[in-house]
Amino acid sequence: MRPLQPVGQGARIVLGIGFFVLFVLAWSVATFGGFVPATFLASPLAMLQDGWLLLTRFDFLHDIGMTVWRVMGGFLLAAAVAVPLGIVMGAYKPVEAFFEPFVSFARYLPASAFVPLLILWAGIGETQKLLVIFIGSVFQIILMVAVAVGQVRRDLVEAAYTLGASDAGIIRRVLIPATAPDIAEILRLVLGWAWTYVIVAELIGSSSGIGHMIIESQALLATGQIIFGIIVIGLIGLVSDFLFKGANRMLFRWKLA
Amino acid sequence: MSAAAVSIEGVAREFPGVGQRGPVQALAPTDLAVAQNDFITILGPSGCGKSTLLRIVAGLDSPTRGRVLVDGREVRRAGPDRGMVFQSYTLFPWLTVAENIAFGLRERGVPAARRREIVAAYIDTVGLSGFEGHYPKQLSGGMQQRTAIARALANDPAILLLDEPFGALDNQTRGLMQELLLGIWERERKTVIFVTHDIEEAVFMASRVVVMTARPGRIKAEVPVDLAHPRHYTVKTSPDFSQLKARLTEEIRSEAVLAARER
Repeated sequence: MRPLQPVGQGARIVLGIGFFVLFVLAWSVATFGGFVPATFLASPLAMLQDGWLLLTRFDFLHDIGMTVWRVMGGFLLAAAVAVPLGIVMGAYKPVEAFFEPFVSFARYLPASAFVPLLILWAGIGETQKLLVIFIGSVFQIILMVAVAVGQVRRDLVEAAYTLGASDAGIIRRVLIPATAPDIAEILRLVLGWAWTYVIVAELIGSSSGIGHMIIESQALLATGQIIFGIIVIGLIGLVSDFLFKGANRMLFRWKLA
Repeated sequence: MSAAAVSIEGVAREFPGVGQRGPVQALAPTDLAVAQNDFITILGPSGCGKSTLLRIVAGLDSPTRGRVLVDGREVRRAGPDRGMVFQSYTLFPWLTVAENIAFGLRERGVPAARRREIVAAYIDTVGLSGFEGHYPKQLSGGMQQRTAIARALANDPAILLLDEPFGALDNQTRGLMQELLLGIWERERKTVIFVTHDIEEAVFMASRVVVMTARPGRIKAEVPVDLAHPRHYTVKTSPDFSQLKARLTEEIRSEAVLAARER
């Protein structure tokens, strides 16, 4: 093993799965071996049984559906606002000077701390859940997109000008295509964060969703269910990440060519 | 001599100082007239302001003093009448070779059918048949610069500006690229300003070599090159060529020494 030396495809998969196996093994030893009381940590087997119960008896699929819907809804709203604004900010420095300080400040406002306020404003319905995710995502996307657009190679912009591009042409045919892969990557990253906001939003004042199930399970000391819920979130995250990466590879073939 | 295609009138450029350092005079007031269909090379040591001068003509930089007239109109910004090829590889990486060449045409609203014809013609001119669908990453440096030349020419600019376009290429590729560009110029007769620090390249391509001094850049000498056209690469070994090269070597050497001392 030497620094930066690449690893083969087969070894990569074996190593990646290896850690999962090790993790479950350690978990099994801790629980089956009786090192941790079952009240605090369910065994992998108990977790699977609880999960099966959730899916068959308690309509957990509906909860999963609700959560996915909230994440996607809030995230898409945020992206629809943030991506265009980020592009304009990156392209036009006065616009950036106008918004950037506020957005930088707003970025550090914790989305979860808005939950009580948003319940006051929007009630405990879906609007409130979407707003939490929206607030948590929108400022992050704006800033990162603006930075990405601002970093487009100057010589590409200059080349486009000497080819007769208008200012609008520079944005449409240089800045946007040049940063499209970066923007897709930013969205993938922020979507991951949106998943943490949705659970927080569902922990308080919610009657459905994965987060709601988790908080109810806590009252019942059903640690197996909690862990199952957390793992489901992880799996959905993994799948969405996978889909995002696949889509990026298809859309931006030039990046890999 | 026909009317000047480009006239540079007292153009100077000063870059504002950064921090403790004072402003840097990159280009002393410079006058230069370039005739229609002329091919001039601007030769000078690195950091002599020759690229700055070219960028001002392109409209990518503004002079602190003086002005540049192209076709009698003052240059205020970049435009498709002055095609430019850069030293760095500036093909748009998300476009294929054909799409890169069509970029300017599309931007100016040339219909798709006409666009295809023009692109096909220039693909042929620069010898990139079979690579139309390749992305820039898949091309060698020489092929990328050929595409860049085709991209600039596709707009049919009156003036072609080249900023050390072959500087990053290996010697053999560079020689072939010089012949290619010279051939295009001999056929299409554009006004060309070509910036380089390579003496042989400057002589081989130009009908006139403009020698610039070390910083602040200033024109030190203008040397006409009366070698016959069409020029074959074998001209590089002729006595006339060697003589010109020797003379320019003398001119440029003292400047290079000065420039080296400054660093």
